Amino acid sequence: MAVFEPEAEGIVLDAEETGGDIAGRSPWALAGRRLVRNKLALAALALFVLIVAVSFAAPVYSKHVANTDPFESNISGTVTIDGKTEPVLQQGGGKLGLGETPIGPTWHSHYLLGADNQGRDVAARVLYGGRASLEIGLGSALLASLVAVVFGLVAGFFGGVTDTGISRLMDLIWAFPVYLLAISLATVLLTAPNGLNLGIFNVSASSLWIPLVIIGVIYVPYVFRPIRGQVLSLRQREFVEAAIAQGASNFRLIFREILPNVASTVIVLLPLMIATTILTESALSYLSIGVQAPKASWGTIIEDGQALLYTRPTVAIAPGVMIVLTVLALNVLGDGLRDALDPRSKVRVK
Amino acid sequence: MATFAIRRALWLLVVLFAISVLVFLIFFATPGVDPARQMAGRNPSAETIKNIKHEFGLDRALPIRYGLMMKHMFISRDLISYGSHTRVIPEILSATPVTLSLVFGAAVIWVIFSILTGVGAAVFRGTVIDPILMILALIGISIPVFWLGEVVNLVTQSRLHDFFLFSWVPPLGYTPLTQDPLMWFEQLVFPWLTLSVLYIGFYARVLRANLIETENEDYIRTARAKGLSERRVLLRHTLRTSMITFVSLFGLDFGILVGGGALLTEVVFGLPGVGLLTYNSLTALDLPVIMTTVIYGAFFITLANALVDLLYAWLDPRVRPA
Amino acid sequence: MAEPLLSVKDLKVSFRTEDGLVRAVDGISFTVDEGDVVGIVGESGSGKSVTMMSLMRLITDPNVIYEGEILYKGRNLMGLSQDAMREVRGEEIAMIFQDPMTSLNPVYTIGWQIEEQLNEHYDLKKGQARRRAIDLLAQVGIPRPEQRIDDHPHQFSGGMRQRVMIALALSCNPDLLIADEPTTALDVTIQAQILELTKNLKRDFGSAVVLITHDLGVVADIADRILVMYAGRIVEEGNKEQIFYDPQHPYTWGLLGSIARLDRPKPRRLTTIAGQPPSLINRPRGCSFRPRCPQAFERCSVEDPALTAKVGDGHLDACHLSVEDKRTRRDATIRPELAESA
Repeated sequence: MAVFEPEAEGIVLDAEETGGDIAGRSPWALAGRRLVRNKLALAALALFVLIVAVSFAAPVYSKHVANTDPFESNISGTVTIDGKTEPVLQQGGGKLGLGETPIGPTWHSHYLLGADNQGRDVAARVLYGGRASLEIGLGSALLASLVAVVFGLVAGFFGGVTDTGISRLMDLIWAFPVYLLAISLATVLLTAPNGLNLGIFNVSASSLWIPLVIIGVIYVPYVFRPIRGQVLSLRQREFVEAAIAQGASNFRLIFREILPNVASTVIVLLPLMIATTILTESALSYLSIGVQAPKASWGTIIEDGQALLYTRPTVAIAPGVMIVLTVLALNVLGDGLRDALDPRSKVRVK
Repeated sequence: MATFAIRRALWLLVVLFAISVLVFLIFFATPGVDPARQMAGRNPSAETIKNIKHEFGLDRALPIRYGLMMKHMFISRDLISYGSHTRVIPEILSATPVTLSLVFGAAVIWVIFSILTGVGAAVFRGTVIDPILMILALIGISIPVFWLGEVVNLVTQSRLHDFFLFSWVPPLGYTPLTQDPLMWFEQLVFPWLTLSVLYIGFYARVLRANLIETENEDYIRTARAKGLSERRVLLRHTLRTSMITFVSLFGLDFGILVGGGALLTEVVFGLPGVGLLTYNSLTALDLPVIMTTVIYGAFFITLANALVDLLYAWLDPRVRPA
Repeated sequence: MAEPLLSVKDLKVSFRTEDGLVRAVDGISFTVDEGDVVGIVGESGSGKSVTMMSLMRLITDPNVIYEGEILYKGRNLMGLSQDAMREVRGEEIAMIFQDPMTSLNPVYTIGWQIEEQLNEHYDLKKGQARRRAIDLLAQVGIPRPEQRIDDHPHQFSGGMRQRVMIALALSCNPDLLIADEPTTALDVTIQAQILELTKNLKRDFGSAVVLITHDLGVVADIADRILVMYAGRIVEEGNKEQIFYDPQHPYTWGLLGSIARLDRPKPRRLTTIAGQPPSLINRPRGCSFRPRCPQAFERCSVEDPALTAKVGDGHLDACHLSVEDKRTRRDATIRPELAESA
């Protein structure tokens, strides 16, 4: 009798015979499926998208809905609600009753949340502020991620002196306390009286680019470290060695093999990064070294509202609530993404 | 072990030097920025600017300026602030106890509560307690600390000040412990609570994640197979190894806060600590104070880094040099 | 006849998953007598580890479902309270695991870990636990135990660590020791030492041993009885001679044929078992080994074979082939070199 050779005997194992194997699914598809099942994460995503949409529709709101200009002082303006006309800034208020108190929430489209001490519509300003905060938050997170990925790939892949050099640089930036570096850079770049003169072009002090770049730069080390670690370990994995054995060029290796794996790390990190950058921007703006007048962001509005805190708290509270909602949504989303990509989370089924 | 410590000390010095140079360059060598003009105020005359330059040694070459500053800071220790014209070092020394009071108190609160929350969530995993605790933690890390401080002030100083719960809250400020312990305490209670909220949220999440991850380790399975009670497995095995990460992170955060990272809390609650001092000096371009506070801050942070490394070796025998 | 130490009756262990109910163990029954050494052999996914983890009730997955009985000294372990089960663990039934690198807590000394177990189950005076720990370490062959007792696990080699695990397991004189792939992570030479140690356990400690492995060669020397598991069920059961000299199930033949042997002329190629183990969610109709079985015929796709004794006392198998058919086909599978020269 012949030696048993499976190919010769023509044993074919199809799905029916093996009792219906689970069809192979890519880890991305599996993750996608788990994410979709996570109702909370989806709700968070929806909330975030809503906030972004509403904020970017700020011009529409202020022009067509509220009929106010949130950047123009309106100190002697009036508001008409249900036939009654009231001045925007009212006499009385403050400890001695001698100050002027802005009108509180009218709950109508005109001055929905009341006015600030310049007579400006708080609700409209909060929306515009949202736009600035989100632009900076998203922009700086993307900037930090991009730079960190580039550096991480180079450092992790080429190793040796390049790696040591880049890592030491990152360590140095990271050793610099985040707040210190941010404040230092911001102070210097923002106090140039005629704007930042970089030779070819002049960046105005109120440009959003300044806080964006500052925050982007200081968080590069934060993203760099996990990326580099991952590239290092991926580089030693068998499939990379196999590709090298097949004569793949460095370029191809980085782009085809390593980058896709790094991508998932970045994706999970991104919502959390944006949450962090938004909080950082609001802190810097609160300290008057973030977004500058005439622009507004959630942080600057809170700072505006500080003087009015005990008399007209709406001004300070409203933007803070927006920050909490946005950051919370991002955190929940980030958690959901992480759980979806982690095969080991033991959840109760059915 | 000795060579390890010496190497770390040398690296500490290198880092401090690098940071001081970096700060110096940022403030005095950034293109497009003229500090003398800045310090001269609005519409200065050329004469004023020249005087300022000379007075502060700004017309000398960069390295000389840096050298002079370092000499004043460390050797003669008579560095004078540009703004207040008083000596810098005593200024920092008087601000330090404020920051230390704030950070220590907050740290005690946050360590206790984050451990309770993290362990509670991990132990009650599968019940409704876990998600509730985690949502609370999530909210904690989503609130900007300065805004929270404002809201707390609004409630305790203004809106509910007459309510019995908050009537004892004194006006914002700081009283040294040696002067009036009760006042010191009362003025710090809400700053402590406000500062801890963020950290409780963060550390509870970290701890819970660590506990759950450690649960899957083989040696936990062995511990159960030994017939140990669940509580013992949790406390002596799971928690013990999870605390390694917890303690490392704590050390770093503590270092940052002591070095001036609590400045937002100090600003909101009117506490004249190192953070507030740093911030004021930065915005006023008061370079001597800036340099000193930055070095002070960097020193503490790098020191904390080194201590954490040592602590890590103590907690995790695998890392110890053979 | 004395009552068996351990009696498993129709044990079924299933897991709820997103894709359906995974039947990891699908109705197995066996007994272990006092002092017995039983080997459970099977590939990954056969359910052998899940069986023993269920025995110790160490499965922490919230989606697990148990059916059947596990009788230990007459008591059903499935029905015990948590506290009662904890007393059984470590003191009556002990378990050692596959990977000694990760099975010991890295932050405590091995002495501390052994003493922890002793103190949990016994009320010992100061110093007594330590002395007992040193004794145990000596018994499992660790040199200079008085010094090494204060070392941490990472300071031991893999083989030494496994010995420490064995010492730990035996510290409370259990009547049953379960060894889950104790040698898989170790070198072959160390493997031999550990197996030698295990063989002596019966002599020195009087405990019964259940040895789980995927390698028939490992049980060849030390097991009295052998159970072959496939896809959550027992497909063949018998004593050493029966399994090695008169195996009845094609899967067992595959396992035997894949062992490289020194005492026979070198075959041109080792037999392999083609294919993959089946999905444990949707069992195919009929015999679960059929898709990979070169001997399969029509009856195999229709009827699930029962585990019955066809050739002798205590020798059970689950295969539809007649005894004569088995004998002829078996030789071709296990000893192809003989068939070729024929």
